[in-house]
Amino acid sequence: MNKAVTKRVAMHGTGREYLRRLSADIRRDRWLYALLVPGVVYFLVFKYLPMWGVVMAFENYVPFSGVFGSEWVGMKWFGYFFLSPAWTRYLANTLVLSLMNIVFYFPAPIILALLLNEMQSLRYKKVLQTLLYVPHFISIVIVVSITFVIFGSSGIIYRLTEKMLGQPIKYLSDPGVFRWMIIGQTVWKETGWGTIIFLAALTNVDVQLYEAAMVDGAGRLRRLWHITLPAIRSTIVLMLILRMGSMLDTGYDHLILMANSLNRNVSQTLDVFVYEQGLKNGQYSYASAVGLMKAVVSVTLVVSANKIAHALGEQGLY
Amino acid sequence: MKKKTAFSPNQHLRRVGGPVGQHNSFGSRAFDIFNYVFVTLVAFTTILPFIYIIGASFATEYELSTRPMFLIPRDVTLDSYRYIFSSNKILGAFGNSVFITAAGTAVNLFFTSTMAYAISKKRLRGRTAILNLVIFSMFFSGGMIPGFIVVSSWLKMKNTYWSVIIPGAISAYNMMIVKNFFQGIPQELEESAYIDGCNDIKTLVRIVLPLSLPVLATFGLFYAVGHWNAYFGAMIYMPGAREKWPLQVLLREIIILSNSSAGDLANLDPNFVAPPEQSIKMAVIVVSTVPIMCVYPFLQKYFVKGVMVGALKG
Repeated sequence: MNKAVTKRVAMHGTGREYLRRLSADIRRDRWLYALLVPGVVYFLVFKYLPMWGVVMAFENYVPFSGVFGSEWVGMKWFGYFFLSPAWTRYLANTLVLSLMNIVFYFPAPIILALLLNEMQSLRYKKVLQTLLYVPHFISIVIVVSITFVIFGSSGIIYRLTEKMLGQPIKYLSDPGVFRWMIIGQTVWKETGWGTIIFLAALTNVDVQLYEAAMVDGAGRLRRLWHITLPAIRSTIVLMLILRMGSMLDTGYDHLILMANSLNRNVSQTLDVFVYEQGLKNGQYSYASAVGLMKAVVSVTLVVSANKIAHALGEQGLY
Repeated sequence: MKKKTAFSPNQHLRRVGGPVGQHNSFGSRAFDIFNYVFVTLVAFTTILPFIYIIGASFATEYELSTRPMFLIPRDVTLDSYRYIFSSNKILGAFGNSVFITAAGTAVNLFFTSTMAYAISKKRLRGRTAILNLVIFSMFFSGGMIPGFIVVSSWLKMKNTYWSVIIPGAISAYNMMIVKNFFQGIPQELEESAYIDGCNDIKTLVRIVLPLSLPVLATFGLFYAVGHWNAYFGAMIYMPGAREKWPLQVLLREIIILSNSSAGDLANLDPNFVAPPEQSIKMAVIVVSTVPIMCVYPFLQKYFVKGVMVGALKG
């Protein structure tokens, strides 16, 4: 008998006894299984059925014929995508937006959290935090609506820039400012809320460390550099991993609100492409093929980012 | 000779209250002043757009076009508001949003807490397999299109309220946090319930859920805000059911696409002059934002707590 079987027999007895215990356990926990049903059905139907549905990426899916009846075309759509002249543009738009997000948005909550942490008046800090968290709870539709009202051609900022520069900046249609508008909206909406996770990490810092550093004559800057920052380093790494894993996700709910025919060249990221091809043009198979590639690359990115974190001695995501 | 400090390190340490000690050097003072001014400005900029839009929504057309910049209008007019409430479009969509949020959150909490409770029990056979099922779905998804096909063609939920309530019934992430919370409840409490003859469902309802009210409130709020702010699901699943549209989808039509009017002049006095588009849009933004802004300060601490629970990782 091999080792694994010996172990199983030692734990559960022979085959028949194992089955007997299994059924006894299941009978004992029957109400727990009943509780499990809605959740498991949900995951199977809304998460795993779509995963199985990606076979439509290899078919010429026609809703009328369904997944079983549609014609199998193999890798056609993948080839179609890579042979299209524009695919590099979709990829570039995605990566540029993600990189801008990492460079300009990612550090913002960290810096703001450090500044808030340096405030000695707790009450005043609370008031500021309350104000800073507000935009997080506003829907993206309203954020874009506010942008339209303020930056649109009769908006206050539009008119002010027109007065100052002598000519207007077309904030909503000029492809050159499109990405900055997106980043600006993200920074405005999420910076305040993003500080919470870093402030939470900062509350765990041992006060004695600061005291010891002060006795040793460390000034504020040195304490910030040698105590505060190392204390939130693993949180920063974790957030960066999450961000890296979603390099290809620019989101579509925000972008499709800001996209229009004039800024197409920069607003079409992979996500927007999937939305437009799939849901607007009804090219279900083509869009799912691109979506599938994106999902595969994303998983690879998360796993490798996590490996890198472990190699650097951080805890990582899992 | 070494410079004498104003007080000994011991006295100094006694004065240290918070994580940041007092240093009275000039640089430190200058930093403090800069810090307070800077963060205050950031916070002010964050809410400035709201203040501006609230103020401008009450302004007259004349003032909007002549004064370049103002927060408080000189002449107050309610015309924009009278116009947008002249039809019950906005109010109807508002009601739909309230309904979707309430029903959706109830479904979320039911699905999340039942599943979380079952898999919080380590003795459950098959628990690991189900945990893996959940965790895998957090990393990989079939994507937008297969999900859309499942909801619209296979389940035939198009143009029903179900399409915006059921597909997001469980957030795997929230469910795992609730599961971890359930695991932290002392086992003895549940055992005493078993001895008193409760089965697992009764124990969940009578013992575990009442003990978890703060956590349920927190995640209920997260789910509720998600429902209230969502537009994408309703936009793709309910294109043919305008009467069921939530507020966000209507806002997109009125403000971003500018292809729908908010009010109905036929219901107003014949002498009523339609306010400029800009003011109407601002009034619509105010009407849909103010309710959230009013309740938010009271709920803030629950939200913050929710993020913290997640950050502590089990």
